[in-house]
Amino acid sequence: MNDRHLSSQFDEDLNSLCSKLLQMGGLVESQIEVAMRGFSETSLDLCNQVIEREKSVNTMEVEIDSACTELIARRQPTARDLRLVMAISKAITNLERAGDEAEIVAKRSKRVIEQAPNYKINAAEIKLSGQMAIDLLRRSLDCFARLDAVAAAKVVEDDRQIDEEFRGFVRKLITYMAEDPKMISTGLDLLSIAKSIERIGDHAKNIAEFVIYIVKGADVRHVPHDTLVREATR
Amino acid sequence: MTTTMKSMFHSDINQGNAQSEQATNTSSNAPAVNALEIKNLNFFYGNFQGLKDINLNILERKVTAFIGPSGCGKSTLLRTLNRMYDLYPGQRAEGEIMFYGENILEQGKDVNLLRSRIGMVFQKPTPFPMSIYENIAFGVRLYERLSKAEMDERVEWALNKAALWNEAKDKLNQSGLSLSGGQQQRLCIARGVAVKPSVLLLDEPTSALDPISTAKIEELINELKKEYTIAIVTHNMQQAARVSDFTAFMYLGELVEYGKTDEIFIKPKKKETEDYITGRFG
Repeated sequence: MNDRHLSSQFDEDLNSLCSKLLQMGGLVESQIEVAMRGFSETSLDLCNQVIEREKSVNTMEVEIDSACTELIARRQPTARDLRLVMAISKAITNLERAGDEAEIVAKRSKRVIEQAPNYKINAAEIKLSGQMAIDLLRRSLDCFARLDAVAAAKVVEDDRQIDEEFRGFVRKLITYMAEDPKMISTGLDLLSIAKSIERIGDHAKNIAEFVIYIVKGADVRHVPHDTLVREATR
Repeated sequence: MTTTMKSMFHSDINQGNAQSEQATNTSSNAPAVNALEIKNLNFFYGNFQGLKDINLNILERKVTAFIGPSGCGKSTLLRTLNRMYDLYPGQRAEGEIMFYGENILEQGKDVNLLRSRIGMVFQKPTPFPMSIYENIAFGVRLYERLSKAEMDERVEWALNKAALWNEAKDKLNQSGLSLSGGQQQRLCIARGVAVKPSVLLLDEPTSALDPISTAKIEELINELKKEYTIAIVTHNMQQAARVSDFTAFMYLGELVEYGKTDEIFIKPKKKETEDYITGRFG
């Protein structure tokens, strides 16, 4: 496949957009990882680190979005180039929001550490789903880098497990809070953390759906899963 | 369509063909009607085959754009649609081009009448060396006998259609060549619509024009398609994307892909089309 444009500058511009997106993805991935470690290791330092770095995620989003606009203005991309630029523009919004969720995890973890360091609620699901969310985001970015629609469909499917974990944790949390009203405050913070992780999974899933759009040209948002798999493997 | 047109249509070209009834009565919510159906079309410049087995339908009151690299046959195809090639010995077309049910490639067709039904505008503005008024009236007189008042009305109507009336109304007696390039091209479009054709063929109509004149012509195309079927050849892919409803990509005399413009520019089916429109064509 002839993958190079007649204009090498166009190739460079597109490649640079892709690497910036992956760079931003790497930063967000690290934010989530540090936030989860802050939570698991009850480390205020790690939580503060995440809160401080959040600004650079926002800066990257603005920077990449402006590069997308500039590329559209200068090159009028079509077909898969157009799909790529549109997908990048949307994917960075998802990454930025995943970054916001990491910040929420850090802020809520901080409050739990400061106010109730010895809480009695078993938060195994949070730790597990946190790992799953990091893994999912990493895989969705891998799919993007390799333009692998089949692996992207698997990411979408695996997001369901995080949703399952979240629902399981909420059920358990309700039992804890009903049993001891003193746990409600901490319980709500933990709920917020769990919800943020679940949202990160959703953002990873969205990015995976954009990969299918770039490669196959099919918009697979809000379609039944078997349709999505069919489009991705076509 | 107007009464004049209908009557010409029936008496001269279609002779009561059922499909023409359907065509003349099409409203915006009626099913799509083919103005032109190209079937197994082959075209030869002497021994060189310029078009290879083209099959394509051009829909009524839609804009169909032809894109492709130089020499791919897009202009050749356009020129077969009103038998412009007849002017040159050694050029011949085989196959069928059905124009509302009538094969225009048949021998013995009145090509002048055909060209009044299927008008053409060329790459370079080609006003006749006569007044603006006469540029339009000249063609009309070949097909119709109109009184002075009717002719005045027709000239104004045509200049209005081509969005040139306001700029030209005070200098109708000045030479057509005194207009700017963009105005000259709109004068040629006015000349084309003055004889009330049903199809307009535009062969790179804006390639010699500046961006503002180009935008005016594109706006005009958008207006004209309410009443006319338009086929446009363009080297400017963004123009095809902007003005057309359907796009055909041609390469080496073959029709590679034909479909809705949105689909061609967002998700083409053929790799050759994608390579061409994304600028990967080497």
